[in-house]
Amino acid sequence: MRLSEEERGILAGNLGTEGTRMALEIVVQAARLLGADSLVPVEGAHIDGCLYHGPSGTLFAERLQAAGARVAVPATTNVGALNLLKPDQSRLRGEARKMAYRLMVAHEKMGCRPSWTCAPYQAGARPRLGQQVAWGESNAVAFCNSVLGARTNRYGDFLDIACAITGRAPHYGLHVGSNRFADLVLDVSGLPDAIQASDVFAAVLGAFAGVAAGARICAVTGWRVAPDEDDLKAFCAAAAASGAVGLIHVVGVTPEAPDLDSALGGVPPRDVVPVTTALLEQAARRLSRATGPGVDAVALGSPHFSEAECDTLLELARGRAFKVPVYVCLGRHTLERLRAADKDRQLEDLGVEFVVDTCVVVTPILPGQRGTLMTNSAKFAHYAKGNTGYMPAFGSLADCVASAQRGHVVQSGALWG
Amino acid sequence: MTWQAEVLCDGTATGEVLCLEAPISFWGGISAESARVTLAGHPQHNQSVAGKILFVPQLVGSSSSSAVLLELIYKGRAPRALVLSSRDAILPVGVLVARQMGWGGLPVLLLANPPVKTGELVAIREGGLLLRGGA
Repeated sequence: MRLSEEERGILAGNLGTEGTRMALEIVVQAARLLGADSLVPVEGAHIDGCLYHGPSGTLFAERLQAAGARVAVPATTNVGALNLLKPDQSRLRGEARKMAYRLMVAHEKMGCRPSWTCAPYQAGARPRLGQQVAWGESNAVAFCNSVLGARTNRYGDFLDIACAITGRAPHYGLHVGSNRFADLVLDVSGLPDAIQASDVFAAVLGAFAGVAAGARICAVTGWRVAPDEDDLKAFCAAAAASGAVGLIHVVGVTPEAPDLDSALGGVPPRDVVPVTTALLEQAARRLSRATGPGVDAVALGSPHFSEAECDTLLELARGRAFKVPVYVCLGRHTLERLRAADKDRQLEDLGVEFVVDTCVVVTPILPGQRGTLMTNSAKFAHYAKGNTGYMPAFGSLADCVASAQRGHVVQSGALWG
Repeated sequence: MTWQAEVLCDGTATGEVLCLEAPISFWGGISAESARVTLAGHPQHNQSVAGKILFVPQLVGSSSSSAVLLELIYKGRAPRALVLSSRDAILPVGVLVARQMGWGGLPVLLLANPPVKTGELVAIREGGLLLRGGA
């Protein structure tokens, strides 16, 4: 491992705080096991380690913080386990709630910007094309690499904060330009416009792409109906939940893929998969595990809902109230904008319950431990059963609205015949 | 029979093999409380990874998986060793942090296409040597 004089000084304890030494030791050891031979300076970080999984994570963050660790670069925080504006919303109680809160506080004390969102790229954290950063949270990593063209690996909890404290990351993988080319092509050009224009297309294609790609980098060609940023958000989140996807090029859309040749680095692909309607229907069916017709709750906003998505929700509802709770998970920055336009009240009047700083699959908010959860998020659908006990039913945002208004699962549109 | 694996985190262990037969994310796939596989539809659903030599074909999904592994180590419910089929930047960090916190750790090895079956006894020696039969 090639380390600078400064890095050697920090590791020897001659330079910086004990917290910095601990963090650098993690970065260097991680670099070794990843096969990196040096570290790369990073200019920003997104920290996934604020979500409570048990006492161990809190004890580690507090050890770092007490040892003087502070972030050296701007760092946003991912969701925690508590809505800090409404702490009783999560059923975490007693010791667990205290520890979950202490974990969030420890990150603030280390100098992180308390954004508490899994969509930091919609909260102002938008690194430039080619910029080196260290991001955690699988959907954010995929978005950062693919849509923004900034460079990060899929950093897990602890390594992300260690990179933020040291301002360095292991120099390997997606930090290196020559490792950012696709070798797998998913060709969606044969899909009819009706499918491509469907509201669920991005999420279902993402869910399919994650399984097809695994940890490989793929390039999607033939996406004719230009996806907007919320489509790309849904696409990246779905791919990163069902696969180990860190970067996925959309030819003609994402910045490193103006054409297929650029996405492939001028090398012929190892595999080309023509994506058929049947394959997508299969992927859509995998996202729906509920068997009965009833709906007990609707969950929206994984990744966190944008203002535009809230507007669409409001339009689709046409003032007709929901029969079951509709949880809208979003960042505080978005809720503040809704509030300024009085849209928060209109949504609440319909039966929306806002969840900020966290979401319904990472902390116990949904009532009870079984039921059917309708969602338009492939990521919610992927994790619902394991994390909440609820069986997911997947559909478009319009389907979610109709399901909430009627109290039973409505699935319409191209992918359900 | 012996196999040489690449060492990600060194150490020794002996125990019964559990092969996961589908990709998994530790977060959202394995309970940090019970150590059981919770992912709906996973072939090993409801089986416990605690105390096993855990063979993992592919890690997917969440970047919180390192936190779940750390918590399992902290609670004494971790697998005795992890044998991964592909290099992963997330899971081994849980072991690095556990060692830094003085909570112990476990060997993490890298071995593509491991020739073992669930239920077999396997031993891991320092330096990444795997022995069938636990000898």
